Amino acid sequence: MEPYDLAVVGGGVVGCAVAREASKYELSCALLEAKADVGAGTSKANTAIWHTGFDAKTGTLEQRLLARSYMLLLDYVPDRGIPHEKTGAVLIAWNEDQLASLEGIVEKAHANGVADVRLLSVEEVYELEPHVNRDALGGVMVPGESIICPFTVPLSYAYEAVMNGARLYREFPVGKIEEDGGVHVLSGPGGEVKARFVVNAAGLNSDVIDGMFGFDRFHVTPRRGELIVFDKLSRPLVNHVLLPVPTERTKGVLVSPTVFGNIMVGPTAEDLEDKEATCTSKAGLEYLWAKGEAIVSKLMKEEVTCTYAGLRAATEFKDYQVFSHPEKRYLCLGGIRSTGLSASLGIAEYAMELLAEAGLSLEEKKEFRKVRMPYIGQKEKRPYQSEEKIREDPDFGRVVCHCERVTLGEIRRALRSPVPPGTLEGLKRRTRCMQGRCQGFYCSADVAHVFQTEAQKEDHPGEASHE
Amino acid sequence: MNERKTDVLVVGAGPAGLSCALELARAGAGEILVLDREKKPGGVPRLCKHQGFGIRDLHRVYSGPGYAETLLKKALAAGVQVLAETTVTEWAGEKRVFVTSPRGIEAVSARAILLATGCRERPRSARLIPGYRPQGIFNTGSLQDFVHGYGKKVGTRAVIAGAELVSYSAIHTLEKGGCRVLLMATEFERDQVYFPYTPYKWWSARLHLGIPLVTNTRISNIFGKDRLSAVELENVKTGETRRVDCDTLVLTGDWIPDHEFSRLGGLEIDQGTLGPAVDGFLRTSREGVFAAGNLLRGAEPGDAAALEGRHAASSIAAYLEKGGWPKERVKVLARDPLLWVLPNFLEPGSHVLPRGRFLFRVKEFVRGGRLSVTQGGKALFEKRFSFLGPNDSRSVGGSWARDVRPGEAVSFSLE
Repeated sequence: MEPYDLAVVGGGVVGCAVAREASKYELSCALLEAKADVGAGTSKANTAIWHTGFDAKTGTLEQRLLARSYMLLLDYVPDRGIPHEKTGAVLIAWNEDQLASLEGIVEKAHANGVADVRLLSVEEVYELEPHVNRDALGGVMVPGESIICPFTVPLSYAYEAVMNGARLYREFPVGKIEEDGGVHVLSGPGGEVKARFVVNAAGLNSDVIDGMFGFDRFHVTPRRGELIVFDKLSRPLVNHVLLPVPTERTKGVLVSPTVFGNIMVGPTAEDLEDKEATCTSKAGLEYLWAKGEAIVSKLMKEEVTCTYAGLRAATEFKDYQVFSHPEKRYLCLGGIRSTGLSASLGIAEYAMELLAEAGLSLEEKKEFRKVRMPYIGQKEKRPYQSEEKIREDPDFGRVVCHCERVTLGEIRRALRSPVPPGTLEGLKRRTRCMQGRCQGFYCSADVAHVFQTEAQKEDHPGEASHE
Repeated sequence: MNERKTDVLVVGAGPAGLSCALELARAGAGEILVLDREKKPGGVPRLCKHQGFGIRDLHRVYSGPGYAETLLKKALAAGVQVLAETTVTEWAGEKRVFVTSPRGIEAVSARAILLATGCRERPRSARLIPGYRPQGIFNTGSLQDFVHGYGKKVGTRAVIAGAELVSYSAIHTLEKGGCRVLLMATEFERDQVYFPYTPYKWWSARLHLGIPLVTNTRISNIFGKDRLSAVELENVKTGETRRVDCDTLVLTGDWIPDHEFSRLGGLEIDQGTLGPAVDGFLRTSREGVFAAGNLLRGAEPGDAAALEGRHAASSIAAYLEKGGWPKERVKVLARDPLLWVLPNFLEPGSHVLPRGRFLFRVKEFVRGGRLSVTQGGKALFEKRFSFLGPNDSRSVGGSWARDVRPGEAVSFSLE
């Protein structure tokens, strides 16, 4: 088998973005994902904020790529139909120390080129957020901060990558990388893939992959972030992303609407050893509960829809760990800790620049096929609300998941997508089914049945077989 | 968009909705339309294979599916129109709603609306149980759907959280699904199955199958990355924990009314029941909108919900004939350790009540209690109870309610 020009290790939001960017060029690209689906690790369990980078450390690579990516996403997100809402963020000071730090936050934002960030009086805070607790002292408005669908973004990248010729290998953990006469041989339990260039976008395992190239320069310490998601009926309680004053180590616990219409409280920040410890903890949930109580106590009377935990790929360094090694035809995109989604397009663009410098020839394809993603947010019309859709296919009028109003038509469509869900979890991320307040009390048996019977009927044209 | 007009719109074709529709149709109250979002009408009993349905309303013993089918047949025979796979999505006016079905989107206007949307069990997340999120965690509802609805196997070794009536029914469902029950765990000091259901409990758990009940215990952690591998049990008194290997966990009980559509309509919600607040006529805070069944307060047996549906039918018939909505209503308060009292409002001077009684629940075990009802210091009613337990509804008669005066709230307390 011919070696690929490029192999991207890791199908998270960064790896998918790089594979998509590469698929714009006349080259062959393989995207290798260890799990059963793309976007199934850190990318699926985060705070789903589309950051401006207003609070990033000025002059870092992270700040530069965030700023660039923000501009790229401004075009990309609406064009592909990715659920998002430009809610803006309100950063709130709850004590004198925090109040004193607000001016510095505004200055830093301006230095980062986010010019519309401004101070808010306490009256303005309450005007914008009438339901927050009454002991706020002041705040900062960040109009550009938005909320976004964390599931649709990596899927959109992966769909476009596959539609434009990239090959996706799922359940393909890379255990070993060997050099064989100018070609890297990447192998593991899923088989073997050869490629001239390798991009390391392995997130939590980016240090391990880096080690396979003989480096020992950063270590990923999974930083767990637990979150509590509240019932959609609580949505009127919060209008903006409510940010705390950040500390050196973390952005802190925020209270934020989601594009699905929930309110979310989180994340915690706890350094762990286990790179798969995506479990919530008693202490974490109690901590978040206390935080939520201290910010919007009314929220805590609402029902909880979901709790989850994600692991950010934190390292001992503050900035991204990006290294290009032309002599090894290797590019490391490591340590992309909590801003991967927001910086993804900037990182991908930068990655292609570095690869070109390293000798990968980039000839643009004549045609690039774009995707229009199924809309799963709450702001715009969904199929169950569309007469035209239902007329076109009555299955768009058959609501299967009642809490999230997911129709049989949407489930069928997801099963026929360029990257069909390999598992029920993948179907949940593509459609929202079973993600609502009943968490499958009503629909889990129906959905499992449809998944089983329909998945058998479909062939998966976008999928790479293990040749 | 298609516009549909009807005299009465019933949302939800479970026992409460169907019984209400049947009574209204028999009374000649006009055109009655029942909408249900599921593929088959009938509500939760459709999936409860065990016997014991219909005693109080139809005076015969049915299985769940038999009961659901009987109610549906009766309603259809009486001229009720029942549409399945039809989801009421949005309020579109005072007594007008939007619905989605394979036929498209329609607006339905009615002269009166009954909400009978039922209840569900709280999921693992809402119970704030920490841990992983593997496959193998069910509620009784989803378990029944897997086993009875689709004939699926669920696992091999199960832990049941909860020890109320529905928890014991989960034993049979699991057994049918080829799954052995290792133990049941309840946070309380004993189970919550009381007379006259005690023999059912014995038969289900002890004599019949030898399933141990672990008391004062909650599920405190969940293990397993893909498939459930174990749960951690925590003694709520001592804090002691232990791990039990299992591949199936059924979280039973802990009901919450499915009040989404009620809340979207701005209906007042009772903070005890979490259902729409209703008066003795089952009128909500919104004119022309009534509520009945398990939407009012979580799960009661199907026949109790059906009788509430019938009660709502007589209120609706009267409303269609005479109109009018109470301007002044007196709030009914449930004082700790009472969890809730139903109805949540009274119309002064009226003692009309669903099934002629007040229904209430307690949070904890009460041995030797005196229930007293007062309004502004004036005693209205008193009754002694030798024993009250959680997860069980009890009732008291309400003829005294005619003495309720306008103004101050009526307060139920327990000493």
